[in-house]
Amino acid sequence: MLIKSPADIKSSEITDKSLYLNRRQFMLNASLTAGAVATGLVVPEIGIQSGVAHAGTKLEGISKSPLSTDEKRTPVKDITTYNNFYEFGTDKYSPAKMAKSLVTRPWTVVVDGEVKGEKVYDIDDLMKLAPLEERIYRLRCVEAWSMVIPWVGFPLNALIRQVEPTSKAKFVELTTLHEPDQMPGQNRGVLDWPYVEGLRMDEAVHPLAILAVGLYGESMPNQNGAPIRLVVPWKYGFKSVKSIVSIRFVEKQPKSAWMKANPREYGFYSNVNPEVSHPRWSQVRERRIGEFRKRKTLLFNGYADQVAGLYKGMNLAAYY
Amino acid sequence: MLTTVKVAVFLVSLYPLIRLGWLATTDGLGANPIEFITRSTGTWTLIFLTLTLGITPLRRIFSYPNLMKFRRMLGLFAFFYVSLHFVTYIWLDQFFDIIAILKDIVKRPFITVGFLSFVLLVPLALTSTSGMIRRLGGRCWQWLHRLIYVAALGGVVHYLWLVKADLQEPLIYTAVLALLLGYRIAVAAGRLRSRLLSSKKAISAKGA
Repeated sequence: MLIKSPADIKSSEITDKSLYLNRRQFMLNASLTAGAVATGLVVPEIGIQSGVAHAGTKLEGISKSPLSTDEKRTPVKDITTYNNFYEFGTDKYSPAKMAKSLVTRPWTVVVDGEVKGEKVYDIDDLMKLAPLEERIYRLRCVEAWSMVIPWVGFPLNALIRQVEPTSKAKFVELTTLHEPDQMPGQNRGVLDWPYVEGLRMDEAVHPLAILAVGLYGESMPNQNGAPIRLVVPWKYGFKSVKSIVSIRFVEKQPKSAWMKANPREYGFYSNVNPEVSHPRWSQVRERRIGEFRKRKTLLFNGYADQVAGLYKGMNLAAYY
Repeated sequence: MLTTVKVAVFLVSLYPLIRLGWLATTDGLGANPIEFITRSTGTWTLIFLTLTLGITPLRRIFSYPNLMKFRRMLGLFAFFYVSLHFVTYIWLDQFFDIIAILKDIVKRPFITVGFLSFVLLVPLALTSTSGMIRRLGGRCWQWLHRLIYVAALGGVVHYLWLVKADLQEPLIYTAVLALLLGYRIAVAAGRLRSRLLSSKKAISAKGA
């Protein structure tokens, strides 16, 4: 039988040393606070911001990466309160409030399909599969806004190397947890649940593609796709599937949730491309969160030097 | 009494604007304030359009003719919020990039229909004064102001075409609007029928 180690103690649950040393004052403070809360004077702070779910465990041994951008990082408050995560509601402000119901321990990720070494990873083992790196990436949403996010994670290719895909493996299909009890948004048929995304094999092994387990040096907030998510910075944000439970190597191109919902608007590749407009949004410019004027969107979200070679000879307007 | 109620309705109708101002000064507009303002002014436009269209049915159903006195104000508030919505788009969102705006209007169906609906409301706002009603004559004025039906339908379609997957909220507005327009169609059909009946009677009376 597998014996699970208890979930890490949240830093918020550890008694502050000065309080511990001065319990009498602590009790007084506590009763004052309780009184204030009861009378509505003070709103209790949970996580970074009141009422916002945040995992908030510090991740150790993170190294820097030459693949990081030195652009100004988007404030953590914006990254954790403005989310497209339809499993927790279609409003961008609701995942921060609703995602508290997501249980991220125990958590397993099944890796199977066209691989020699099918495996079920426990999340805590998976997080030790490769050294954690900080990757500060631009994130470009298909809705024409963008952020700069300091992810923590490791290259997807580290996992791929370990499980040894067979020659039949041409694509990787990644799937989000399907658990309507924890993900209330799945009770409504907004998308064909569970959320599925995919990459071509050469995209998946590209050094820029990572499995992220945290941001800003701490474990992944639920609303950002805890405990583990994909990040492919040269593609629109919806390709970067969250809260992954399955990674399957397949021969045929997977059908993503958005392709099923609206094939005319969402293609398999979904590379950031200012020349190829979405029927609802021109993709020429984007609003960087925190900035007033829009800025020009760059081909492959500014990662053309690294990834353009993957699409040599492909008509990017046809393969959108 | 009526004046007091009118003042109260006026102040309540300013709530969406006051709320935006309050949120703007207290860092409450979220990560994407321009999107928030655009969404909010758009939503309130739809609300005021449906309120305006609700006056006639409610007045008849509850036989409360005084309700009519609020219709112009509500209609003008719809125009006020749609104007804020439009200004937010051309100023804050596009920053007066005329080329980009024109491209949007031509190429994005939801913007095309939204823009046209806004344009349709302009003559209604301009002819909302008592002087204009007199000048145009009641009949002509009434025909012109039926454009609100088209504009409201356009507004709902604008919202339906904007959302990516979750149609719940736009469908609520669609249902309310369908009810309000359906009521008018039913009333018009009833009138037509009684007119036909009475003319038939007149003919048969002549024949006798």
